[in-house]
Amino acid sequence: MADINNLKNKLEKTRPEKIKLATTSLCGCFGCHMSFLDIDERILQLVELVEFDRSPINDIKKVGPCDIGIIEGGVANAENVEVLQEFRKNCKTLVALGACAVNGGIPAMRNQFELKECLEEAYINGVGIENPMIPSDPEIPLLLNKVHPIHEVVKVDYFLPGCPPSGDTIWTFLTELIEGRPISFPYEQIHYD
Amino acid sequence: MTDQQTFSLDGKSIAFEDGDTIMDAALRSGEYIPHLCHNPEFKPHGSCRVCIVNVNGRHVSSCTFPASQDLKVESNTAEIKQKRQSLLQMLFVEGNHVCPGCEKSGACQLQAVAYYCDMLSPHFTHFFPRREVDASHHDFLIDYNRCIVCELCVRASNDVDGKQVFSIQQRGIQRHLAVNSDSGRLGDTSFSKTDKAAHVCPVGAILPKDIGYNQPIGHRLYDRQPISQVGDVAANDKTLQEEDTPHG
Ligand code: SF4
Ligand code: SF4
Repeated sequence: MADINNLKNKLEKTRPEKIKLATTSLCGCFGCHMSFLDIDERILQLVELVEFDRSPINDIKKVGPCDIGIIEGGVANAENVEVLQEFRKNCKTLVALGACAVNGGIPAMRNQFELKECLEEAYINGVGIENPMIPSDPEIPLLLNKVHPIHEVVKVDYFLPGCPPSGDTIWTFLTELIEGRPISFPYEQIHYD
Repeated sequence: MTDQQTFSLDGKSIAFEDGDTIMDAALRSGEYIPHLCHNPEFKPHGSCRVCIVNVNGRHVSSCTFPASQDLKVESNTAEIKQKRQSLLQMLFVEGNHVCPGCEKSGACQLQAVAYYCDMLSPHFTHFFPRREVDASHHDFLIDYNRCIVCELCVRASNDVDGKQVFSIQQRGIQRHLAVNSDSGRLGDTSFSKTDKAAHVCPVGAILPKDIGYNQPIGHRLYDRQPISQVGDVAANDKTLQEEDTPHG
C-alpha cells in the first residue's frame, strides 16, 4: 500500500491543485459505488489527494474538467450515452469500473431478447400488471435496442472487472494510478464475478 | 541408453521423449503453458490456439507441435501474452459470458486462463449472440451461451463413452456444438452423469444440476490460486472417482 503522506508531499511538489475525480453510475446497480465506499476509512486518506467532482457521493450533477472519471454500469439508454460522452470529454483518464461497464454485465442479458419483448413483458404481459401500457413520458430516457459495455461507445483507458471489484482492488488501482506507477494487482484482487 | 533429449522453454531446459509434443513435455516437467481445448487424456486438437508459443521465430500451438532436440520455445513473453489475451478476448465476445450469473464462476478454466494472462477487458465489440439453454436432461444442463467449442465433450463421448452424444455442426462463425438426437435435446440421448463427457467441459457449458453454489464464491478452485498452480478443471473434477469408491 502506498504511503499517503509521502504521496501527498510528492504530488504537492508537482501540482498545486488536488487531483479531480468524478464518478457516475450508468446502467449499474450502485454495487460498484458501494464497493468504492468499502475502502472505509481510507477515504479520508483519499480526500487528502483528490477532490470529488460529479459523483453520487456528493450529488454534484454536472461533470467539469477532471483528471480521473470512473464509470460504473453499461450503456442502456440515451441518457447513459450522453453522460458517458460528457465524462469522456471532461476526464483525462476514463475508467470502466465493474462487470457492467466492462462487458454489459447482468443488464446485457436482455440482449437475448428484442427490446419490444422486454417492454411488453415488463409493462403489458407480466404477472400482476394493472393498467398495462408502455411508459412514454418524454422525461424518461429512451432505451437502446441493446445494452453495451462502455468501450463500445467511448475510448476507455483502464478496466477494473468484478461484480463488484473489491474495495481493495479499487484502492490498489487508485493509489497506483495517482502515484503514476504501472498498475498491477495481487492475484485475488482480479475476478470477473 | 541414449543421451537425454531436451529443448529450451523460456531458457529452461525441458526433457522430452520420442513422440512428445511441446505441451506433453512441459506438463510433465511442471511448466505451465495456458490451454483450453487441450486435456492430456485426449488426442490434441490444436483449435483454441491459447497454447501458442514462439518456436524458432514461428507461432505454433504447443499441444500439437512435436518436441525436438534444441528447439528454442518462448512462451512467457510480452508478445505471446498479448496474442493469448486477444484469443481469449475473442472467445469472450463471441459467446455470452456473464460470469456474475454463472454457476461455474471461480472454477472455470476460461476465466482462470484469462486471469493468468492478465486479461482485464474484452476489448472487442460483443456479438451478443442468441443461444439456447437445454435443461431437458435430468442431471445436467447445457448452456450454449458459454460453449467455446473446444470439442472435449465430443472427444470424450466418442472415444471414452462410445456414445457419440455430441457433434460439431457448420463452419466458421456458425460453428457450434450440437446434440445427436432427433429433438436435438440432451434429455433424449443416453448421456449420463457418469459419462466421461460429463466431466471434461472446461467452462460452464455442460453443468451438473442441483449443485449450484454449494461451493461458495470466494472458496472456489481459482479464487485464491492461479491455474498454473492448481491445474485444469477436469484434473480437479473428482466426482467420477468418488462415485466409484464404495461409501461407508
Ligand atoms: S463459463 Fe466461465 S467465463 Fe463463461 S460465464 Fe461462466 S464463469 Fe464466466
Ligand atoms: S460444451 Fe464444453 S466441452 Fe463441449 S465443446 Fe462446449 S466448451 Fe467444450
